[in-house]
Amino acid sequence: MSMIKAHHLAASYGHGDTALKVVKDVSFEVQKGETFGLVGESGCGKSTILGALAGRNKQWTGSIEIDGETIGQKRTRAQLAKQQLVFQDPFGSIHPRHTIGRTLLEPLEIHGKDRRQERIEKVLTDVGLPLNFRYRYPHQLSGGQRQRVAIARALILEPKILLLDEPTSALDVSIQAEILNLLKDLRQREQLTYILVSHDLAVVAHLCDRVAMMQSGGFVEIATRQQLLENTVEHAYTRILMDGSRGYVSERRNNKGEALPV
Amino acid sequence: MAKSGTFSNLHDWLISEDFTSARQARLHTVYLGWLSLVANPLAFAGFAVVLLLVIVAAFAPMIAIHDPFAQDFAMALQAPSAAHWFGTDEFGRDVFSRLIYGARTTLYITILVTVIVAPIGFVIGATAGYLGGWVDVVLMRITDIFLSFPSLVLALAFSAALGPGIENAVIAIALTVWPPIARLARAETLTFRNADFVIAAELQGAGTGRILLRHIVPLCAPSIIVRLTLNMSSIILTAAGLGFLGLGAQPPMAEWGAMAASGRQYLLDAWWLTTVPGIAILTVSLAFNLLGDGLRDIMDPRNG
Repeated sequence: MSMIKAHHLAASYGHGDTALKVVKDVSFEVQKGETFGLVGESGCGKSTILGALAGRNKQWTGSIEIDGETIGQKRTRAQLAKQQLVFQDPFGSIHPRHTIGRTLLEPLEIHGKDRRQERIEKVLTDVGLPLNFRYRYPHQLSGGQRQRVAIARALILEPKILLLDEPTSALDVSIQAEILNLLKDLRQREQLTYILVSHDLAVVAHLCDRVAMMQSGGFVEIATRQQLLENTVEHAYTRILMDGSRGYVSERRNNKGEALPV
Repeated sequence: MAKSGTFSNLHDWLISEDFTSARQARLHTVYLGWLSLVANPLAFAGFAVVLLLVIVAAFAPMIAIHDPFAQDFAMALQAPSAAHWFGTDEFGRDVFSRLIYGARTTLYITILVTVIVAPIGFVIGATAGYLGGWVDVVLMRITDIFLSFPSLVLALAFSAALGPGIENAVIAIALTVWPPIARLARAETLTFRNADFVIAAELQGAGTGRILLRHIVPLCAPSIIVRLTLNMSSIILTAAGLGFLGLGAQPPMAEWGAMAASGRQYLLDAWWLTTVPGIAILTVSLAFNLLGDGLRDIMDPRNG
């Protein structure tokens, strides 16, 4: 059963003559429990697709279906709760003058949920934070702890889909792994569906089942994790991305050990 | 600094960041603010004077040694003495007692103006900043119209139109004080408008009212409180100015501006009539300014 269906999705910014079409006609489906990656260079439209799915970006055409329900430009509260966004920057995504408890309580109040303290305690345990953190302010937390809070805030409405907008790129390498493993565990435990935006192919290969390579607003290739790991991707642009993610290599050599022209 | 048992425990409990309750987290913030206020001597002096003003106003009948309204023409224009610490005015009323009761008038005007102005300024500014578009244009042009008049002239015009009296003076002053607050609230709101945490709240279904009250207010509050505290001195001065011109508090009410004005005719013979309320106005507005400056350092480090 597919959780997300996007058909001929296009999204733009601005109005009239200055309108800029950032995403040009992409179609994809994401199955329940699957993690779908969006990879590409800066400005290729990955985050815009995520914004359109989350309800942040309202200027889109085409059709979006989430959990079997066709989504319009305006969403009901229940539709908004079905998917939640985790932001890239954990320092800017949590209200600086709310305690963590207040931050987590806010969505529960909006949606009129019951057993509020119980839910807060459960979600803090789920993301691996001590319960007394609920009395703390974000400035007393580290980047990784804040990102855990951001994930907790997204999870507290019990969504079916998490939209992850480069969730680890603002964090230290050691913390990145922690957060990625947390996301992996949560996906299994809560049977979540993920869409992960990243430009780090290592992160993508760790978490994603399928990856869409994007270039200037369109998909060039949808590769499986197997293809990424075995380096059997087909499109030339995907190869460039994969080379880039390997970091600095002094020179490329062929199998006889002779240097190749770059 | 050596502290004895309970106080030291209380201090440790307040300073510890290992919170065990929401109340402790709140008290911790307040306590840290208090510590930095104490560490800033000028701001603390301002705070002390303002506190004194509040105490004097609250206990005026106990502090005043004479009835501020009792006239005694036999005692008119007496120089300061043991019986009348600051002398007597042209009707033989005790200037010290009138000064004490005048603190009530001053505090009444400043508090009332602040209470009227803070919500109006915030709602107009924050709505304009958050919604943008034509709402922003309309609300800000109205604000500009009010801002384009010198505040004392505008207050004069309003209180002349509304008629003399302290309530009308409050309304007139409030009309001149809200536009800068609205501007400030709009500017602050614009900086947070597109912050991720506001967008996160929107994506969770929060409405405009909830976002303004729950998310924008806590962020705008420090700079608005600082601005209001700094404004209090100009409110006091405007109120005194209106009183001086006969448009504010009406006789026989004790009001510092009106007291200074009536003493003007006897300036050479009875200097204390003008000087004493003048010094009171100076001290209190200076205190509010110092306190506002200190609060800015404590609550709003960006503009420090």
